[in-house]
Amino acid sequence: MSLWLPDRWLTTGSRICVVIASGLAILMIGFILIEALPALRQSGLSRLVGDAAWLASAGRFGVTPLLAASLAVTAGALVIAVPLGVLSALFLEVYAPAMIATGYHRMLELLAGVPSVVTGLWGLSEVVPWINRMQPPGQSLLAGCMVLALMILPVIALTSAMAVRRVIYEQRATALALGMRRDTFLVRIVLPLARRGILSGVVLAFVRAIGETMAVVMVCGNTVQIPSSLFSPVRTLTANIALEMGEASGFHRSALFLTALLLMVVIAATLLMPEDQSASPGGRHA
Amino acid sequence: MRLAHGRCLPGGTWGILLMTLVVAPLWMATSGCSTSTTLPASATDQPAGRAVDQDQADPVAMPLQGRVILTGSSTIAPLIVEIAKRFEAQHPQVRVEVQTGGSARGVSDVRQGTADFGMVSRHLKPIEGDLVAYEIARDGICLIVHADNPVPSLSREQVLAIYRDEVADWKDVGGSQAPVVTVHKAEGRGTLEVFLSHFELKNEDIHPDVIAGDNLQAIKSVAGNPYAVGYVSIGAAEAEARLGTAIRLLPAGEIAATSSNVAEGRFPMVRPLTLVARDSLSPLASAFLAFVRSGQHTDLIEAQYFVPVAP
Repeated sequence: MSLWLPDRWLTTGSRICVVIASGLAILMIGFILIEALPALRQSGLSRLVGDAAWLASAGRFGVTPLLAASLAVTAGALVIAVPLGVLSALFLEVYAPAMIATGYHRMLELLAGVPSVVTGLWGLSEVVPWINRMQPPGQSLLAGCMVLALMILPVIALTSAMAVRRVIYEQRATALALGMRRDTFLVRIVLPLARRGILSGVVLAFVRAIGETMAVVMVCGNTVQIPSSLFSPVRTLTANIALEMGEASGFHRSALFLTALLLMVVIAATLLMPEDQSASPGGRHA
Repeated sequence: MRLAHGRCLPGGTWGILLMTLVVAPLWMATSGCSTSTTLPASATDQPAGRAVDQDQADPVAMPLQGRVILTGSSTIAPLIVEIAKRFEAQHPQVRVEVQTGGSARGVSDVRQGTADFGMVSRHLKPIEGDLVAYEIARDGICLIVHADNPVPSLSREQVLAIYRDEVADWKDVGGSQAPVVTVHKAEGRGTLEVFLSHFELKNEDIHPDVIAGDNLQAIKSVAGNPYAVGYVSIGAAEAEARLGTAIRLLPAGEIAATSSNVAEGRFPMVRPLTLVARDSLSPLASAFLAFVRSGQHTDLIEAQYFVPVAP
């Protein structure tokens, strides 16, 4: 036993880092909680949930339309992006020739790195006018879904590709030995076994989409209302904070922190929810 | 082996706890600053800028030193930050601190003495008569439509009808048949307040189609939508229109929406950008005020799309 034990230092070092990291996270959540407390105490959850309008100058702070908008935009984005992402993963791992697969992989990585303000600007100057020609004003739930779908597509595609690759690697020999057809192999074996990996990508995408702010502020129109159609302008929880934080004070400010808290509760619930019981080889490492 | 590691850990854990204790207040302090709730502790127990030397007669021999604190409107803050950089370059021993939190915060901080100046982007109210306002620039607000919109101008009544949702088609206000898309601003924005008070509207009465956060977003929304109408800062709209963005600035009655009309006080929808203070200023604060109002910063004022005023 020498005095200098790399393992000991690594153990201590990693624990220090974990404490710092988790300490910061806990402090931040605590900070949001403390800031949100006055609003929660003064008006009570029932009034905040029951009010259908958010109008700070009139002292009305209803969070329901904001929450509905956030969930609707995110769900719409997932409806577009999940099929595209999963099929992209199959294309990457199975159907594409090596060169095209590499190129598409690089392109997805590039897409994942596009800053949200750039995606938002593109949405505002291209997607919104296009929707506006169908039904004004163009800034709408649909525009938000499309822009967010573009942002989360690479997340879903890349994580799914990783899961699919692993299952194929593990099961290909068996499938070949059984003389299985490729489509049967993919649909019956690969996709079910890669389910957990794909699902974890979807959860990551959900968290990214519901937390996205900049692009959503630019393309969603920001009118506080429960969306009645895909063409309704909506204001999400994140957009609401971004729009009003600059000049808010007192109760208004506290109410904004309350919406932040609500957002974190939604995210936490999502992260805890989809724990698949059946262990599958595809998802274990994905 | 494992046991030995386990035993040495408690010592390390204390270190970690200690570190968290050090990091925590630091982090809370910085986060507090950015969300504009707290002033630095020293600002409250020692009035800012009072640390200046008494010998004002010879600034070369006795350079200005101390701190100038400004709080208030987030509209003015970026401009003041830029001017403050120049001031600090000339006076290396002076620090200018700028914090946002809205015009109301500027007023209350000056009254409490926690700030030398409040940045207030509106006229002072009658009940704020204990303060003095120094105008540093002006901001005009005009209505904009898409460049392809044939409507030449909108009367006061027409604007009211459009924003109250009583008119839903452009043909009712002299345009071609098309739905009207109203672009509004988010609660708390200065341009919103000027618009509401100019047209004597209540925010509850307005049912907009789109709500924009800032001028640029409102301009982009209108430029991307041939049916849209919005209101923005004239300086920003002029600059965008010069760059070829598809918007048109509507006149107010007969008066064209131009920066020069704002500067000369002809354009009606205008707000002053002011620094407010109590009537007695510290030597450092008055030196800073004189510097801001020296008329040498028109480039910075125009870069923020505001209109310079004669000092």
